[in-house]
Amino acid sequence: MSGRIDRQQTGTGWIADLALGARLVFTGGRNGLVRTLMAAIGVGLGVALLLGGTSISTMLGARDDRTAARDDQFIGAPEPPPGDRTLLVANVDTEYHERGIRGRMLQPEGTRAPVPPGLTALPRPGELFVSPALGRLLATGEGALLGHRLAQPVAGTIGAEGLSGPGEYAFYLGTDQLEPGVTGVRIDHFGSDSTREGLDPVLLLLVLIIFVVLLLPIAVFIAAAARFGGENRDRRLAALRLVGADGVMTRRIAAGEALLGAVLGLAFGALFFLIGRQLVEGITLWDISVYARDIRPSPALAALIALVVPGTAIVVAQLALRRVVIEPLGVVRRSTGRRRRLWWRLALPIGGLVLLLPLLGGIDQTGRTFNEAQVITGVVLLLVGVAALLPWLVEAVVRRLHGGSVSWQLAIRRLQLDSETSARLVSGVAVAVAGGIALQMLFSGIQHNYVLSSGQDVDRAQVAVIGNRIVDGVDVGPLNERLRAVPGVRHVFGTLDTDLAAVGTPREADGYRPSNALRIGDCAVLRELATLDTCTDGDVFALAGNGEENANLPPLPTAGQRVELGDRTVTGWTVPAGIRTATARPDPIGREVTGILATPGAVEPGRLAGLSAFIYLAVDRSQPETLELIRNAVTTLGPGMQVQTLDATYRVNRFTQIRRGLFIGVLATLLLLGASLLVGTLEQLRERRRMLAVLVAFGTRRSTLSWSVLWQTAVPILLGLVLAIVIGTALGTTLLAMVGEPLHLDWPGLAGMSGIAAAVVLLVTAFSLPALWRLLRPNGLRTE
Amino acid sequence: MTEPTEKQPLLAGIELHKTYGSTPALDGATLRIWAGEIVAVMGASGSGKSTLLHCLAGIVRPDAGEVRYRDRELSAMSDAERSALRRGEFGFVFQFGQLVPELTCLENVALPLRLDRVRRREAERRAAEWLTRLEVDDVAGQRPGEISGGQGQRVAVARALVTAPRVVFADEPTGALDSLNGEQVMRLLTEAARQAGAAVVLVTHEPRVAAYADREIVVRDGRTRETVLAPR
Amino acid sequence: MSIGQTFLGLLEATPRHGYELKRLYDERFGQGRPLHYGQVYSTLARLLKSGLVEVDGVEPGAGPERKRYAITTAGVTDVQRWLAQPEKPDIYLQNTLYAKVVLGLLTGRNAADILDIQRAEHLRLMRELTRRKADGDLADQLICDFALFHLEADLRWLELTTARLDHLAATLHDEAAPTPPTSPAPPTSPAPTDGRPPQHVPTQFSSQETT
Ligand SMILES: Nc1ncnc2c1ncn2[C@@H]1O[C@H](COP(=O)(O)OP(=O)(O)O)[C@@H](O)[C@H]1O
Ligand SMILES: [Mg+2]
Repeated sequence: MSGRIDRQQTGTGWIADLALGARLVFTGGRNGLVRTLMAAIGVGLGVALLLGGTSISTMLGARDDRTAARDDQFIGAPEPPPGDRTLLVANVDTEYHERGIRGRMLQPEGTRAPVPPGLTALPRPGELFVSPALGRLLATGEGALLGHRLAQPVAGTIGAEGLSGPGEYAFYLGTDQLEPGVTGVRIDHFGSDSTREGLDPVLLLLVLIIFVVLLLPIAVFIAAAARFGGENRDRRLAALRLVGADGVMTRRIAAGEALLGAVLGLAFGALFFLIGRQLVEGITLWDISVYARDIRPSPALAALIALVVPGTAIVVAQLALRRVVIEPLGVVRRSTGRRRRLWWRLALPIGGLVLLLPLLGGIDQTGRTFNEAQVITGVVLLLVGVAALLPWLVEAVVRRLHGGSVSWQLAIRRLQLDSETSARLVSGVAVAVAGGIALQMLFSGIQHNYVLSSGQDVDRAQVAVIGNRIVDGVDVGPLNERLRAVPGVRHVFGTLDTDLAAVGTPREADGYRPSNALRIGDCAVLRELATLDTCTDGDVFALAGNGEENANLPPLPTAGQRVELGDRTVTGWTVPAGIRTATARPDPIGREVTGILATPGAVEPGRLAGLSAFIYLAVDRSQPETLELIRNAVTTLGPGMQVQTLDATYRVNRFTQIRRGLFIGVLATLLLLGASLLVGTLEQLRERRRMLAVLVAFGTRRSTLSWSVLWQTAVPILLGLVLAIVIGTALGTTLLAMVGEPLHLDWPGLAGMSGIAAAVVLLVTAFSLPALWRLLRPNGLRTE
Repeated sequence: MTEPTEKQPLLAGIELHKTYGSTPALDGATLRIWAGEIVAVMGASGSGKSTLLHCLAGIVRPDAGEVRYRDRELSAMSDAERSALRRGEFGFVFQFGQLVPELTCLENVALPLRLDRVRRREAERRAAEWLTRLEVDDVAGQRPGEISGGQGQRVAVARALVTAPRVVFADEPTGALDSLNGEQVMRLLTEAARQAGAAVVLVTHEPRVAAYADREIVVRDGRTRETVLAPR
Repeated sequence: MSIGQTFLGLLEATPRHGYELKRLYDERFGQGRPLHYGQVYSTLARLLKSGLVEVDGVEPGAGPERKRYAITTAGVTDVQRWLAQPEKPDIYLQNTLYAKVVLGLLTGRNAADILDIQRAEHLRLMRELTRRKADGDLADQLICDFALFHLEADLRWLELTTARLDHLAATLHDEAAPTPPTSPAPPTSPAPTDGRPPQHVPTQFSSQETT
């Protein structure tokens, strides 16, 4: 191919320049092409992630639509009357090895009962329909214990339209054992309108910042990727400038090159996105899995990406050209250039702070909305400040470093000569870490508002088995025995509760019969519920009512009074004369109970049915299968029994979701940045191939060169981290002040972020070593 | 002029064969080098001179044939051993692109010593002496990008000799220089090598450069040919 | 080189005695071949006769060596003309080497050997000159370099010719088609292959081919 510069003296000269720039990519030989490909791959990765980001809303939307369409829990709505079109549904959700499993038992009451999405017909009694993921789990040895719980033969598979995602574990089980109002809820259709809760201002702020924090490093990365191979490109352009290209021509030629890379990058991005979309189906994180076809970028945002990415590439290429245009000779000869200026780099974060300061204290959970644009701009400026300050910082620090081992010297001198390339590659990581630190601070500062104490006492019991109004007294003894027999269960104790009402108490209009609770358990258990001075079998205690929630309860019966126990089928009982008063204390689940406590000597539970069981288990958490065996043991009692693990705290659900989103995002971002660092390192190695070969000829040890690669990555990352910690903390402090929270330094968060960055360095070095060793082969000595 | 006196050659490559893909680069080349002598390896470009040098220096393993350095067979040595050998006993000068661009000239010369774990202070002291001997002490603090080609080549010679090697391998050391700079580099290289008693394997296609050697070997199509004097 | 004009040049700065002229000439230009006194005085006599020098003074005693010579205006003009006139470049179209190669080819001998032996000889001389250069002063260096560059040019020609021997043979063969060479190549004795430097082996008109 000819490298001749043909120019026509016409107005279309700039097209020729652009074309020449693009052509240089190909005429630059194999290296030029490889570099452009690497840049395109880098940009492509960024674009793919951006496309993924813009698909989140469509993805969540599709998911919400499907989960709404199968909804069968209409809380607060009246039950329809039984008929040809009704169906009894029991929620039999369970868990298996930390995996949530959605389970429903279905029992049609007529021939035209509704069929849930994903099934073509209702399962007959004993027939089991499972989601593909659950089917696979049951088919493997890993699901063996679950097989005890779901012993029925698998009759079919639930279709995709009935699942939230490809990895969801779900089943429908046909039955004829459900009792309306007891174990089954009656419905006449599936599906509800999904109404999404609006976010309060603090959560909105969090979400905004998460988006900025995740997408900004990607933008920085795209800018960096557009400059892959920049050093060589600069030298080529400088050489063109020396042979007579003027400044404007040089800029146009550079723009042509950048444009080609960016357009290729867009194409790669679309490709990666399509590939990644397919791969996503195999991944389940925190019970969330996604169908590939749900990931569709919103068209407007996709168009925006298609415009902004080449634009960014051109702008970055232009910014980088200053030195080439002003001192081309120095670029060709690789001598050091001017020092960087500090003032405009500092102006960015300061400007960001200035934008955020007026909002201090202005955002609270209940309050008014705030100026989103102002917040976003402020945060973006602060974080971009990290990327802008980093090259200056690296240069300033590295200039003062000297001495040390050969590998250190090689790395430091390299950074002194060209700190820009490394700083640029690391700036993405630094921006991500700064954002991450700020977010962590904001999270830990406000989480007491959202993370509530559950009141559960995990010292007394760690697992609770609860059956609401479905337990027959005769079944409890054997159940307790089975639970005691489970390896790892140390202690089993519990009460059986039922209703207690004065004889002849009428039902109210909605079917509710005013009653108190009667809780039956031996003395040891009763002491968990109330403070008792003495207790022997046969004793009965009345708990002093407390709090306003008891205001609409009927008065407790007195000694000798005749009462009825139970709700549907009632049993008569006379309150014994020896009833005493006691004070309640919270049980292991955190309930503070009211009503009457009775020992089995006073009320024999074997005679009663429709009891509520509260069984507390102290278990050895170190035995992995204990929980599953408990669940299996409980399942024999039929549907409706719940097994809960007790936790000292729980989070408001929305908060949990945001946190999950953040973690997924940070992970993806860091993986991407790691990849870009790797590409950058590989490229630097390739550019230095000949010199590496000479060093090897001299007998340089591999380890020396490997260490030098490590230092070369680690030093800028370390400086980037310091900067990220400073600016991230500043941003975090500002954000906390904005929501009116006191300053709270999140040391574990800082340590975690630093650890991740360190892991990135190690990973990048580890992955670049094989390439380094390949380059160390003698082929590099050939002169081309 | 140093006359070879020992019975055994210092370095010998015997019947070397090396093929790159389908290109035969060496096809039975044989070369013996005695301690302290300067041998020019001449030949047209592409004839296999560099490959021969790389084989002799233990940078490339020949496909067949043996390379023997003082009773040690190079192809029997591990990569690490050969690296150590190159570090300790050999020195190298190439045509261009050999100085580490980010290190100063002084640091470049000190580099082989430091690779051999000499303390930095001491290494740089010895490097400075060599820069003075090669008349380039004035560029000690400059980077390779800031000096002329002739200066760079002299810095490279200093770097090759700083470890007091027994063999210096020079591949077209003046290939990128003009006559005057080439003459100077060759004069300094040969003088310094003779004083240090180092043998030099000098790959070149320029007769004037080869004339600095004690004898020459011609490589043609991957085979060596020792030229012989006519009767006088 | 013209001795007369050299003398004139040496006299231009200051008048000198005859023996002084000889010493200067031998030092600067002699290249190891000193002038005979007879040459010195015949040259000076010729210069005197043509009026380019004159006798500037005679020291007491007898003999031409006592005479001191000075340059005349005509002499200065002559030096000036000589220096300003370019030398006629020698063109070695009928070089002996070319003749040897052609003859070698025509008689079926190994022309490559002829060239190689010449090449070795050229390089031997070049090595010698290079060595002399190292020991000598700047003047020696310049003179040696002159020779070296010329020898290098010859060597280049030798290399190029070696590379073109087949072509040349084909051309000659075409021209001499009616009388193909029949005489066998002279027997060649193999050179020692132990790789000792060639200075140590008895030099022979031979070569080795490592195949
Ligand atoms: N690493 C390599 N890969 C492929 N071919 C090579 C390699 N090194 C040398 N060659 C080939 O081997 C032949 C001899 O090369 P080289 O030794 O570099 O010759 P010289 O140094 O005499 O110019 C050439 O044809 C060259 O193309
Ligand atoms: Mg070569």
